Amino acid sequence: MTIDINPDLYAQVPDEHGRFGIYGGKFVAETLMSALAELESLYNDLKDDPAFLREFDLDLAHYVGRPSPLYEAARWSDMIGGGRIYLKREDLNHTGAHKVNNTIGQALLAKYMGKKRVIAETGAGQHGVASATVAARLGLECHVFMGEEDVRRQALNVYRMKLLGAEVIPVTSGSKTLKDAMNEALRDWVTNVDNTFYIIGTVAGPHPYPMLVRDFQSVIGREARAQSLAMTGKLPDALVACVGGGSNAIGLFHPFLSDNEVAMYGVEAGGKGVETGEHAAPLSAGIPGVLHGNRTYLMQDENGQIMHTHSVSAGLDYPGVGPEHAWLKDIGRVNYVDATDTEALAAFHRVTRVEGIMPALETAHALAYAEKLAAEMTPDQHVIVNLSGRGDKDILTVAEIDGIDLGAR
Amino acid sequence: MSRLGPLFETLRAENRRAVIPYLVAGDPDEALTVPLMHSLVGAGADIIEVGVPFSDPMSEGPTIQKGHERALEGGTSLLSTLALVKQFRETNVETPLVLMGYANPLERKGYAAVADACAEAGIDGLITVDLPPEEVAAMNAELQRQNIDNIFLISPTTSDERVATITAQASGFIYYVALKGVTGAGHLDTDAVEAHLATIRQHTSLPVAVGFGIKDADTAATVAGCADAVVVGSALVDLVANDLISGGSHTSAISGAHSLISSIRNGVNLATSN
Ligand SMILES: Cc1ncc(COP(=O)(O)O)c(C=O)c1O
Repeated sequence: MTIDINPDLYAQVPDEHGRFGIYGGKFVAETLMSALAELESLYNDLKDDPAFLREFDLDLAHYVGRPSPLYEAARWSDMIGGGRIYLKREDLNHTGAHKVNNTIGQALLAKYMGKKRVIAETGAGQHGVASATVAARLGLECHVFMGEEDVRRQALNVYRMKLLGAEVIPVTSGSKTLKDAMNEALRDWVTNVDNTFYIIGTVAGPHPYPMLVRDFQSVIGREARAQSLAMTGKLPDALVACVGGGSNAIGLFHPFLSDNEVAMYGVEAGGKGVETGEHAAPLSAGIPGVLHGNRTYLMQDENGQIMHTHSVSAGLDYPGVGPEHAWLKDIGRVNYVDATDTEALAAFHRVTRVEGIMPALETAHALAYAEKLAAEMTPDQHVIVNLSGRGDKDILTVAEIDGIDLGAR
Repeated sequence: MSRLGPLFETLRAENRRAVIPYLVAGDPDEALTVPLMHSLVGAGADIIEVGVPFSDPMSEGPTIQKGHERALEGGTSLLSTLALVKQFRETNVETPLVLMGYANPLERKGYAAVADACAEAGIDGLITVDLPPEEVAAMNAELQRQNIDNIFLISPTTSDERVATITAQASGFIYYVALKGVTGAGHLDTDAVEAHLATIRQHTSLPVAVGFGIKDADTAATVAGCADAVVVGSALVDLVANDLISGGSHTSAISGAHSLISSIRNGVNLATSN
């Protein structure tokens, strides 16, 4: 399917109000408005500044280990017997996920602003670990907010953050997951706005965060585009990525948006099945509203209360989604689909056994959908899946589901 | 027509300051809300700020967060909040009422419908924490249509330039957030408040209420020295919750709330009597 959209369109969002169509914006308490304005003006000055970009690129090369490989999952593709599947190996980044691309960028901004303290929210703990890592490296004080439920299911990452010198603050309000961690981080930021930089972990939050996180993560798609051309002589036929807040997905998609022949699939967490209501798939089953500083699709009830979400993966367990995805859904450029807990777990096991690559449970959602998609494609076609992170952090969760007691807890 | 303008005119003429208690509608159950509101008026409240329960109250500290959670457990929504307001209005048509809440419940119902429902229930003003001037235009138009005041927040971090933009759009009163932080925080710096209020007054003749961090008669009295109104939130929510949690009845919680607001009323009166 090709879609006729003016290619310049994608370079024009967000507008000066931080809007992607009707989505995005700056829906925060007055106390934060000046901090957002300061960040926006600094970022606008730096984003095309050669010295800043060079510092960012060097960090990505020498500290993160970029470029990450594009790998043809030959055995898995053969088994499926349709299109070829290529994996963009963000799991090989330092700290094991795409999250670090963004924390490197935001930590640089914090350094330029002279902030000595950083805070972050985290679900799976990958963004927390990536934030704690850059904080350690720059000698910054780091506080990570994490829902109590996620502290339990991501115990390994909690300990990693502590080893890195960060303080992990369990959040006990609301659903005790990612959304509540973000509330608490915003409360901390309001209180300590003078000395604190808030490192948001995904393409959500108030403007300019969805824009700058997208820009930092777009390195994924730029590399993948060049790698695809070099390895196959053409652009991919399709892209697949999981969508929690949507940072790994937008990072892969954005540099391809004007390539109308490239189809795109964002895979949300279907939980126990979207029809059961127990899921985390706002683009599939939500309604536009306002949360955490932006207008976007949300899982909410008829009174506008945000609903509890369910997903086997902590990093996708969020009732909202980045505003650019909301816009891309409405204009029809990206297809948003879902994979259930069961499908994701099956894909986790399959890719581990067939390719020797153990994906994060978040990533496993993208893999589950890619498998379906590849089956309908022909061998001359190929799909790139963002392998957003590695699965070590999820081993205890998977063991528990499989009824295996590792005696680790 | 909003009751806020006329009230502040009267207060100014009498050199009095307003006391504004805050409660969460339906906290901990809807049966308490209306009797509590009447009792607050009896204790000397001039305006009541009614919190609309929300699942993600980002600007609230732990005390008021719990109030929102209790109210939601009891099923209180924007519409049932307005039903409580209507009930209050059956016997009180004078006291101005201001809703304080977050954007999403309003968005969900639609701004036009919200403005109509507020007007019908007898609401005088709205404070929406996460609708700064940049995002409020659509909402404001609907409120103006119904002559409901849109009350803006100004904070210690608001630049002079923003104060000018905000005051140009504001009506009713200005709500000055006295500290960088969430509701119920404890680091009120009254000298800084006084300095900021002086700046705000260079831009507007609207009354200025001060909230966040006022917990007792002393802090209220000090703030009343420079503000037109003092808002008392967490201290009241905390008192009512503690009374009920420790086995108190609605009657004892209401009488505790009455004494707190009476003592704040006295503190504020003393501050302006000399
Ligand atoms: C490996 C991995 N992939 C994906 C996600 C989801 O986030 P996003 O949608 O922002 O990429 C997370 C979040 O924790 C993650 O750790």
